[in-house]
Amino acid sequence: MTRLRRFGDFWWEFVVGDDWRIAVGVVVALGVSAAIADSGHAAWWLVPVAVVLLLYASLRREARANRAAARR
Amino acid sequence: MTAVFLFASAFLASAVEMVEALTIVLAVGITRDWRSSLTGVAVAGVVLAAIVAALGPALTLLPLDTLRLVVGALLLVFGLQWLRKAILRASGLKALHDEREAFAHETAEARTAQVERHAGLDWYAFTISFKGVLLEGLEVAFIVLTFGSTQGSIPLAAAGATVAVVLVTIVGAIARHPLTRVPENALKFAVGTMLTTFGIFWSVEGAGAHWPGGEAALPAVLAFVVLTSIAFVYTLRRGEPVPA
Repeated sequence: MTRLRRFGDFWWEFVVGDDWRIAVGVVVALGVSAAIADSGHAAWWLVPVAVVLLLYASLRREARANRAAARR
Repeated sequence: MTAVFLFASAFLASAVEMVEALTIVLAVGITRDWRSSLTGVAVAGVVLAAIVAALGPALTLLPLDTLRLVVGALLLVFGLQWLRKAILRASGLKALHDEREAFAHETAEARTAQVERHAGLDWYAFTISFKGVLLEGLEVAFIVLTFGSTQGSIPLAAAGATVAVVLVTIVGAIARHPLTRVPENALKFAVGTMLTTFGIFWSVEGAGAHWPGGEAALPAVLAFVVLTSIAFVYTLRRGEPVPA
């Protein structure tokens, strides 16, 4: 069990890394894109917009944590 | 055009990872035992080649849209991870990777580790070199497999990665010290933007959407990712309060 867990942890860290919210956001954005494309509308723009928002939110969290640590 | 992107991405990713692996191998080889260290490198190389050889053909059996969706999504998540770290490093919020410091750390560890011999090898030198090359190389294998399979050319991606390995090995063998002059963080930034670009492009296609202009949209996506990343670096460097 420990080995299996370590194996899973390794791959999680390898692919997802420090911010799991980015991975969740990408999956949601792709799901919504697929739904929009399926309804016959243009959906190519959604993922680039989602990438900017996800990156912005993640960097903002990191910057805030950094400033909070610096104040301590 | 995409072939050039493919080769360049695999080359750059492989170069930057191999510079890091070289630091570990050099530290262990110089302080412990070259034969054991190089045996570790060779075994890790065989394992990585086996992973690419085994998973490459399996991936190409998947339906193209499924492959692009799954692999594109993985590439995008993986690429955003690289890009996020690169932006944080470029803006000064995360420490830059320093090969000189990494070399000093590895050398100090190697000097104090106990000598234990298995199969005529210094086990510490073997395992540290093996792990170093395998872990750094896994990222390269992942990039070769994902880029190569979505573009339908794993051999071209593998060629880009191999050229980088050969180049770094030759330079490392001549220099015999860590390649501190390689602009590692700039390379990581470049790789992060390329991974993210390909991830966006293929995952969107895999989700059933179509880019205006088809593959001609790829340079536009790259420009979008690069400009966005530079804007984030600029904003974070200025230390402006990030709006809520």
